[in-house]
Amino acid sequence: MALISRGFRGRRDTTKTDRLPPGQYETRDFPVLSAGPTPRNPIAQWALTLRGINGQSATWNWQEFTALPRLQLKTDIHCVTKWSKFDTNWEGVSIDALLEEAARRGVEPASYVMAICDGGYTTNVPLADLTGGKAMVAFIYDGKPLDPEHGGPARLLVPHLYFWKSAKWVRELRFMASDRAGFWESVGYHIYGDPWREQRYTGDP
Amino acid sequence: MTASSGLTTPRIAWRVATVRAVRQETTRTRTLFLDVLGWPGHLAGQHVDVRLTAADGYQTQRSYSIASPPEEKLIALTVEELEDGEVSSYLCSELRQGDELELRGPIGGYFVWRVPDGGPLLLVAGGSGIVPLMAMLRHRAAALAERTARQAVPARLLYSSRSFDDVIYRDELERMASNDDSLRIVHTITRDAPSDWTGARRRIDRAMLEEIGWPPSDEPRIFVCGPTPMVEAAASALVETGHAADRIRTERFGPTGS
Amino acid sequence: MDSATIPLDGNSAAGLFSEVFSVDLTVARATCAHCDAEGELGTLKMWAVEMGAVLRCPACGDVVLRLTSTPNAVWLDATGARSIAIPRA
Repeated sequence: MALISRGFRGRRDTTKTDRLPPGQYETRDFPVLSAGPTPRNPIAQWALTLRGINGQSATWNWQEFTALPRLQLKTDIHCVTKWSKFDTNWEGVSIDALLEEAARRGVEPASYVMAICDGGYTTNVPLADLTGGKAMVAFIYDGKPLDPEHGGPARLLVPHLYFWKSAKWVRELRFMASDRAGFWESVGYHIYGDPWREQRYTGDP
Repeated sequence: MTASSGLTTPRIAWRVATVRAVRQETTRTRTLFLDVLGWPGHLAGQHVDVRLTAADGYQTQRSYSIASPPEEKLIALTVEELEDGEVSSYLCSELRQGDELELRGPIGGYFVWRVPDGGPLLLVAGGSGIVPLMAMLRHRAAALAERTARQAVPARLLYSSRSFDDVIYRDELERMASNDDSLRIVHTITRDAPSDWTGARRRIDRAMLEEIGWPPSDEPRIFVCGPTPMVEAAASALVETGHAADRIRTERFGPTGS
Repeated sequence: MDSATIPLDGNSAAGLFSEVFSVDLTVARATCAHCDAEGELGTLKMWAVEMGAVLRCPACGDVVLRLTSTPNAVWLDATGARSIAIPRA
């Protein structure tokens, strides 16, 4: 049992709210956490690809992507490092819209998706967790273009799972028939990551 | 990892330290003098992890360089209070004599200097980056005083601070240098230099390092510590000047540093 | 500049290493599996400290080592290192 530090409260709101998943505390900051340097590739070279299980792919450049129907989301986000941020505002293209477009181009989906990012980061998410308006590829945060440190030009946003699943600098969504561990999932972080069941680490129920 | 027989605690376990004294060094920095039960000893340049726990179990930890030399019994940590610093504001404003603090260490074998390692020794400090380098200078001075070193290792310190009042250990450094011909200390003030300041008034750059440091042919042991941009710039400049990269050791103070 | 996006040294991982290894790994020498650059682990660029340690080659930027400390286990992925030499004391 760790020693309690007399007089230490930490910088967080000690009011417990229903919106806080177990083990989390609220932050008003927006901490930056990266597994590598911020990629800074020119937008003219940006492209997003959906790659089907059949090898077919659909790709959008920045103009094409930003012309797709938009979704706006105001949501809480929860980081596995224990901070939660309430009422964050995002705008982007819903995964549903991308899937619809991709289907027209012959891309065959599958039950799981690996998000592949500039810089080499990856994370895996079940398709069911990306559809029905639950997720998007976001490029506007708080009404402004998404900052590179926070994943700009565009990041995956899956706010109902721990935020390491909302992969920064996403470039490809690759369908897979079975689940495979991404970057953090392969070194001890939970394969699914539901903050409400506190699924932080491999081995958590 | 199981402890071998004869050890009651693994070497790097969390220990409880008692605050024996505190000393304000500058407006924003304070030194804590800690009595650590079972402290195994340390080398100049190493650091400790400090862990704070709130009553509801919330925990957070940071790393702090040890300011005291191995020769001293109490472990000194000099902490800079950062704007919005969660841990540093607790350590600088709330923590008091008699309180207990959890820490583990010593940690790090890479950024260390012992008198037998020799020199000449070039130390380059930016702001609170002076802390581990001060441990090295204090160790060097203690070895001289105890006559455990036959001859002083020549040492030079280049120390950058924002203002004259921000210079940590100012008086002690002056005393050290005045008593020792083989130690040279050069300060540079980057923002608010007093009107009668005759020293340098700019960030550490290649020209300054070449002027104050030894030439690469002398093969100095170089330690650079401070905020990451400063360390990167100084290390690059030193390599450009011709110092071998493996003679340069760096420690960057990032988000988990002091 | 956001300091959270500037890497630390591998020697900042010393505390994390010490949870598992009784020897000091920051002076161990690793060879990058991608570009063959060799150096002490203390010289690698370290990222993502809050989640674990991601140590990258200072020459080519590829991941050399990953180390996380979770309640159930400590995880080490050294596939980015062709070899690691730990000097005897």
